[in-house]
Amino acid sequence: MPPAPAGATATRIKFERVNETMSQQQLQNSTSDLILADEKVKLTVNNLNLYYADARALNGINMTIPEKRVTAFIGPSGCGKSTLLRCFNRMNDLVDICRIEGEILMDGQNIYAPSVDVSELRRSVGMVFQKPNPFPKTIYENVAYGLRLQGVKDKRVLDEVVETSLKGAALWNEVKDRLHDNAFGLSGGQQQRLVIARAIAIEPEVLLLDEPASALDPISTLKIEELIYELKDRYTIVIVTHNMQQAARVSDYTAFMYMGDLIEFDATNKMFTNPSEQQTEDYITGRFG
Amino acid sequence: MRAWFKTGTPWIWLNAGAIALCLVMVIGVLGLILVQGGSHFWPGNLQTVQAKQPDGSEKMLLAELVRTEEVSAAVLKDSGVKLDDGQLVYPRHLLKVGNRDLYGRDFAWFLDRDLANWQQPQNATVIERREWGHFFGFPQKLLQQDKVVAEGDALWAELELRIDRANDIHDAISAIEKTDIGRINKGLEKLRLEKRKLELAGATAEQLSAYEQQAAQDRAELDAQYAQLQQQLDALNADAKRDSLVMTSAEGTEMTISLSNIVHAHQPNAMNTLQKVGHYGFALWSFLVDDPREANTEGGIFPAIFGTVTMVILMSIIVTPFGVLAAIYLREYAKQGTVLKIIRISVYNLAGVPSIVYGVFGLGFFVYILGGNIDQLFYAESLPSPTFGTPGLFWASLTLALLTLPVVIVSTEEGLSRIPSTIRMGSLALGATKSETLWKVVVPLATPAMMTGLILAIARAAGEVAPLMLVGVVKLAPTLPVDGNFPFVHLDQKIMHLGFHVYDVGFQSPNVEASRPLLYATALVLVVLIVVLNMAAIQLRNRLREKYRSESD
Repeated sequence: MPPAPAGATATRIKFERVNETMSQQQLQNSTSDLILADEKVKLTVNNLNLYYADARALNGINMTIPEKRVTAFIGPSGCGKSTLLRCFNRMNDLVDICRIEGEILMDGQNIYAPSVDVSELRRSVGMVFQKPNPFPKTIYENVAYGLRLQGVKDKRVLDEVVETSLKGAALWNEVKDRLHDNAFGLSGGQQQRLVIARAIAIEPEVLLLDEPASALDPISTLKIEELIYELKDRYTIVIVTHNMQQAARVSDYTAFMYMGDLIEFDATNKMFTNPSEQQTEDYITGRFG
Repeated sequence: MRAWFKTGTPWIWLNAGAIALCLVMVIGVLGLILVQGGSHFWPGNLQTVQAKQPDGSEKMLLAELVRTEEVSAAVLKDSGVKLDDGQLVYPRHLLKVGNRDLYGRDFAWFLDRDLANWQQPQNATVIERREWGHFFGFPQKLLQQDKVVAEGDALWAELELRIDRANDIHDAISAIEKTDIGRINKGLEKLRLEKRKLELAGATAEQLSAYEQQAAQDRAELDAQYAQLQQQLDALNADAKRDSLVMTSAEGTEMTISLSNIVHAHQPNAMNTLQKVGHYGFALWSFLVDDPREANTEGGIFPAIFGTVTMVILMSIIVTPFGVLAAIYLREYAKQGTVLKIIRISVYNLAGVPSIVYGVFGLGFFVYILGGNIDQLFYAESLPSPTFGTPGLFWASLTLALLTLPVVIVSTEEGLSRIPSTIRMGSLALGATKSETLWKVVVPLATPAMMTGLILAIARAAGEVAPLMLVGVVKLAPTLPVDGNFPFVHLDQKIMHLGFHVYDVGFQSPNVEASRPLLYATALVLVVLIVVLNMAAIQLRNRLREKYRSESD
């Protein structure tokens, strides 16, 4: 059990701020009042169990991720939200002791079927990690990496994709004059947007973001959030976050997980104002977690 | 006192003391070889001195004072010297008297009391000869075909001109002998081997005679070329013998020295400091670029430098890919478990095996088994004389590569393990396979670590001597392992090596006093060479590190 927050008053203020932001966003966003059942489904999780050696980390998860929406996973540390996220592009395959039961369908196809090419899957399900992880190459080569893997050699195509991806990640204006400098010369926030540009350069259908802003300063965080907001027109986005304000600000749907169980999954609006489960309300209001 | 101990100050002093001691030792080593080796090239003054011989007679000497020491009376009495003035110690001098052909030895000890009347005549001359070492004496006249062409004051300028001419002729002769005649010999040898190959293949008498006809033509052509070259050589040799120099030694013996036998002449007493510095540079340069003479006691060490560098480069070319591939397998692909642990410990322990053991292994396995089989398979026609079944450059490099393999493996593995897993994840998440991730992201990031391994390997290999004596390094190799004849790099050739040269000059030399300064000078060159090789590798690593700079560094 994670430690309780320092003071109840502080958390209450926090909660009110969340509500404040929410209402602001609702003003901006006329397409509020989303209903999960009406959405087009991109990913379906069917009865998913995951074990690390003998310890069960995910217990019979069932959910559907809607297409071209931002879905946020929240929950206390160790609740399995990152683990679940990594199931969508099979990054858990890299852990030797990890074993999976159940299935995940993407557009109706089971991504755990033996016939699936994992590299192919990861090309259509991109991922951005908590800590910016640019490659030790130039900015240009970082973005072009995925295309070069696919064998694209045409300089014109590469130039164009690098430019559109960097523009897509709202980084173009900052780096257009130094595309051939080492990527490590960028600031943390710029590196993270570069990593997003790298991910969208290969035109994935789904973008998985694993706490993408937790290692960044507030201004960089804001930029990343704006970017997520812009990207959701084109990609199905799943984001794991510890920051509930962030979940409230950027996501259309929110899933609350606890101890490997999916407790509640609904439109963000509803989750933060009127959750169905007591546990969800407790977590969001900071009574635990 | 106890409070002082508690402050930790003594601990700091202890640490600093250890460092100071290390520094003193390192500076001591470098200083010793620098002074001893570096002073060898300085033209020391010649002095005439009257020496009393043991039989009481007086003899004039022209000599360079090498060093002076004190020797106790007891030692002198034991060696049969008559002493009557009751001194406890006597100073004595080591003189380099040169003229080995006249005196039988070119260094001699004299007690100070036996020497008198030291003088520095301006026209005392050092003649550096190709044979018999240095000649110290006074030039009398210069002869051309037994006719005097210069005497007295005009002699010196004329002599220098004619020595240059003689050296040019000497260079031309050795060029013909080494390059052109070498090529013809190789051609003749090839014809012989081809015939032998046919015989071994069981060719019929007709085939053999057909080949013989063809070969006879080629051979005749080569013979004709050889005859022509021989003519040229004869002409050059006759030309070289044209001039000679008449010298007198200190005691008045007259010597005629052919200019073809003279490398260089100088008059140290007449030189000013600037000229001496010039001569110093010249002598140092000659030492670096000339071949050794007189059983390695004179001349230069170029073949040894060249052999060392060639061998180290070849070793690097062999060890780097092997070590890197092995480390990648161990770290990235092999299943981590007990077996891997045992393999890893074995590899690490290989680094501690005494190097002579590698030499024995190299000789037994590489040279005799591998080389012997290569000869059977590919060079059967030249048997019984072995090609690869005998120590040589390739086997020396391979043995050293084996010796340094653990170093490269260990540092590459460490480099690979330091690459953050997030970078691997990033690549995998973009749809790269494990091998794509490895070769495009992980290995480039680990190159500085690989270079570190290579630097350590070079440092160890360049200084190694013991195993090389068994697998390919010799006292004197007549030709360099790289030349203009196909295939340009001769892997089967024996080489010279600076480390072995130090050993050879130090312990196997027939002329101890003459080779002593060369010993230090060679050691100095070896140290400088290793520093240069390391610097080059470090420079390369820093450049790579800059290129692949990452937050993890």
